[in-house]
Parts: sequence; C-alpha cells; structure tokens
Amino acid sequence: MKKGSTDIIIVKDLVKKFGNFVANDHLSFEVKRGEIFGFLGANGAGKTTAIRILCGLSLPTSGDLSVAGYDVYSQREKIKQNIGYMSQKFSLYDDLTVFENIRFYAAIYGLSKKEIVQRADVLMKKLQLEEARNKLIRDIPLGWKQKLALSVAIIHDPKIVFLDEPTGGVDPITRRQFWEMIYEAARNGITVFVTTHYMDEAEYCDRLSIMVEGRIAALNTPLALREEYQAKNMNEVFLKLARAQTEEVA
Amino acid sequence: MRTILYIIQKEFIQVFRNRRMLPIIFVVPIIQLLVLVNAATFEMKRINMAVVDLDLSGSSRQLTSKFQGSPFYQIIGAPFSYEEAEVLMQDGKVDVIIQIPNGFEKNLIKENHSQLQLVVDAINGASAGLINAYSTNIIMDFNREILIEWLNPIQLGGIRAIKFDSRYWYNPKLNYTTYMVPGILVLLVTIIGLLLSGMNIVREKEIGTIEQINVTPIRKIEFITGKLIPFWIIAMFELAFGLVIGKLLFNIPIVGSLWLIFLSAGVYLFVILGFGLLISTITNTQQQSMLISFFFMVVFILMSGLFTAIESMPEWAQLLDRINPIAYFIKIMRMVMLKGSTFTDISSLFYALVAYAALIISLAIWRYRKVA
Repeated sequence: MKKGSTDIIIVKDLVKKFGNFVANDHLSFEVKRGEIFGFLGANGAGKTTAIRILCGLSLPTSGDLSVAGYDVYSQREKIKQNIGYMSQKFSLYDDLTVFENIRFYAAIYGLSKKEIVQRADVLMKKLQLEEARNKLIRDIPLGWKQKLALSVAIIHDPKIVFLDEPTGGVDPITRRQFWEMIYEAARNGITVFVTTHYMDEAEYCDRLSIMVEGRIAALNTPLALREEYQAKNMNEVFLKLARAQTEEVA
Repeated sequence: MRTILYIIQKEFIQVFRNRRMLPIIFVVPIIQLLVLVNAATFEMKRINMAVVDLDLSGSSRQLTSKFQGSPFYQIIGAPFSYEEAEVLMQDGKVDVIIQIPNGFEKNLIKENHSQLQLVVDAINGASAGLINAYSTNIIMDFNREILIEWLNPIQLGGIRAIKFDSRYWYNPKLNYTTYMVPGILVLLVTIIGLLLSGMNIVREKEIGTIEQINVTPIRKIEFITGKLIPFWIIAMFELAFGLVIGKLLFNIPIVGSLWLIFLSAGVYLFVILGFGLLISTITNTQQQSMLISFFFMVVFILMSGLFTAIESMPEWAQLLDRINPIAYFIKIMRMVMLKGSTFTDISSLFYALVAYAALIISLAIWRYRKVA
C-alpha cells in the first residue's frame, strides 16, 4: 500500500443541518493520498450526507473542506473532474446496454472515441462481461451491475473514488470480488473513500472513521481501534462506541 | 460539444427502445387529426325543429317547407300547441321552436306585416346564436320570395334595396376542417413535446441516474441542450407527419411557405420543450410533472384561440394570452397555411416566440441544479 505524503481530502468542522436536524456535527478528518478510508456507521449516522457534500452534490452548512486540492464551496466543478462516485442507489441506465452505459459515462468525462472503445474492451474483459456487452442492464444480475458501476465510476482515472454503501444487497462472493476491485483501484493510485455498515468490510480499510449520530466517535486503523477498545472484532468496537454515545446522550 | 452529441445519442436510444413510444409517435397524430378535426366543429348540421303552425295557410306551409328544404334543419314534430312543443324542448328533443300564429297569412296580406315567434334552446350559447342566425336567414329569404311573388315587377323596381353578395376569403367554402387542421397540428406537437420533455429529467431523478450525472463535470447548458435536441427532432418529425396526413386525408391547403412553417415550429418547440424541462427540474416525480404539464396545457389550449376567438375574450384574458405560446403559434400556422402570410406578416409573432424561447430555456438551465 503506498502511503501518500499529503492529505487529499481535508475536512475541518463540517456541519450539515437539515432544519433542526444535525446530520453532520463538526466532522474533522484528513484522508491521505492512496489510502482506503472507511466511514462506518449505522443507517442515519450521516455517512451519505458527508459523502454527498464531498462529491459536490450537496452544500455544507459550515466548515472548511478541500477535495483533491479544490475548495468545496467555489471549485465544485474542478472537484468533479477528479473524482468518481458510486452510490447505493443504482446509477446505471436500465434501458441501455452494458456497452452503451460505459460509452455514455466515459464520453461525459471527456474521453476520446478511441479511449472509450479501448477502455470499454479492457473493462468488459476484466469483468468477464464480454458476452453481456449488448445486454440491457436490467437483464444482468445485481452483482455484475455493482461491479460494472464501480468500473464506470473510475473509467476516467479519477484521483479519488467515493463509494456510498457499494455492496448493499449483494452476496458474499460478489462482495469479496468487489473488494478485490477496490484494492486494485487503490494499487493504481486511486484514493478510495468508502462508506459501509458491514463490520467485516471495515476491516479491509486502511483507516476507519466510526460515525455515531452525526459525529465521528473514533478514527484510526482497524487494528489500533481493536486494541484501544479491547475488542475481538470491529463489531465489538462499534457496539462499545454506540453504547457509550447513547449513554452520553441519556 | 461532443458531450452533447453523446447525450443526444443516449436519449434517442432510450426513446426508441421504449416500446410504448413508437405507437405514441405514430398513432397519436393520426387519431388526433381524424377525431378532433371532425368532431370539434361549430357547424350546425342537424338542427332539430318543432313547427307550431296555428295558421295552417299556404304561406305558413311555404315557410315550413323552406326549413324542411334546408340541409341543416330536421323537423321533428308539428305539435298543435306551443305547450306541446315546449315539452319537446324540455326533453332536449328539439333545439328550436317556430310558432306561426293564427292569422299569419291574413295579416301579411292585409296589414303588410306579420309576426313569428322563434324560441331557441340556448344552453349552448354559441350554437343558439348560430341557430338564430340560420333561422333568421331562412325567414328573410322567405320574406324576399313573397315580396317578389306579390308585388308586380314595376313596383318591385321601385323598391330600393342594397343587394350584397359576400365572399369568404382564405377559406371560401367555410370548410371547418381547413380552419381546424393547423390548430390541431399545433396541439399535436405541443402535447408530444411537453410530455416527452416534462417527464424526462424527473425520470432520471426517480431512477437515481441524475446523481451520477451531477457528479460529473458536465456543464448545465450541455446537459439541457442534449436533452432538448432529441425531442425537438421528434416533434419536428411529428409536425411533418401531421402535415402529410392533413394533406392526404383532408386536402388542407398549405398556401404559404413550408419553410416558414417549419422555421416557426422550430422556435415554438424550443419554448414548449424548455417549458417541459423547466417543469421537470422543479418536480420530483413523474406524476407531479404530468399534473403540472396538464394544468398548463389545458389552460393554454382553451385560451389559445383554437376553439374560441381570442378577439372575443375579455380584455384581461387577452392580456393573459400574451404569455400563451400556443396562441402565438396557432395564429402563425393559420396565417401561413391558410392566408399564405410571409415572414414580414408574422415577424412580430415570430420574434415574440424567439424571445420566449430564450427566456424559458435560460430559466430551465438556471433552475437545473447540480447541487442540492
């Protein structure tokens, strides 16, 4: 794992409110170039809100944020050139074929015609989707769709890829393959920012931030977290943190 | 620029892959033209009449047979009292009652004038007016005939009368289809254009792909343009298709330049499609978008001058019609197709549409938000 010297994402005191509800409560963290950074938390902990802000899909209420060296308030379109995004909500066009989807997204990112065809071929070969090239997305299994969606999200070689619960609803084998793809992307120098509520997946991350009710409850490597909380696995760490938080509130 | 081409390509693939789309594109125009053009007519072809003839004279029968001879009238009954006739009207069986009083002929001969009573069912004001006009015409005609019959030629020569012979321009036979087809064609492109564009962006919102688009560096103007052009092409094709049907089935005249028709249609469609995309950007579901589109469509169509003349609307309604794009385009279509108006004749309408298009598309681009 290559560790970059500089921080590619810097977040200071990020606050996002929806009316009276505080979805992100003074989040501060840095993500290093080339690492796999995980956001772990229960549903509604504010993971998706934070990732949407970092991607320029939503504006923060306050805080200083920089992604890939660009400011989230004033340089969102610059950020978008340098990131990929894949959300829990399925993002490929159901009524287009595998190839048509790849071609469309690649073209939007400004790849040339030659590059599009080249990368589409490489990608379909890698995913063993060559035979499904002309199949409609709605006709291929969910696991393939997810893997294809990830590949499409990084087709333009972004600096960072944001994955919002990418493995929701897929079987364990596909999840495994999916994580292999994530490692491969990281090896190719893409910083990976991933949210999940699967505890086992959390172990795959280089560093992990555990979110509880809009706040970062802990942030460290999985190993250090287990040691700190004297837990056998991430699940225990998470439960201890969640319980502590609830008691604090009570 | 290249991005736009790829969006257009994608939209076309999606439209034509949708099995429900092709029938809509080809069947809707045929049905609209066939049904609406023939059904939406103001001509009164069958006026049901009751004649209460209390005179039973030669003159009264002569008058009755004049009505009978008219292709527009159908004499449903000849009751012996006005009350009986009224019952028929109550039941909706007759539209008009003519009562010829006792002594009609006698008075006509002795006193040189006589009276008639005409009672019209005026639930539908427009057709009541027409029935009244038609009936008066026939009675006047009858009047003239008896004048000629009773007065000798010398006396007749002494009566000064202005004889007028009216000619109807641009639609000499007062053919209703000729008048309706241009307007129906406008409806056709409007409905297709507004629905296609109105449902489009909101559909991407529903399935979630809009997020994936919004996270790319695509420019808003590229996105909106890429969405507009495919629907523009489809709607222009609809117009051409509709014109061909109109020509083949109704033999409608196209006096003016086809180029001018398509040029103004092109601009008009930008207004409609911009409107649809604007609705699409401010709504969250396809249902919302449909409801809003229909609301505007119904108001705009009813006020467009398609069925009722704008000139006879109250002043405030006429002012309101200044923002009704359908009214502009129907006017242009009628002028160019029926009168053969040239660009100079329609230029003020045309430039109004150009300004409208620029405004509405800018609004759509502005309202489309990549960031929530």
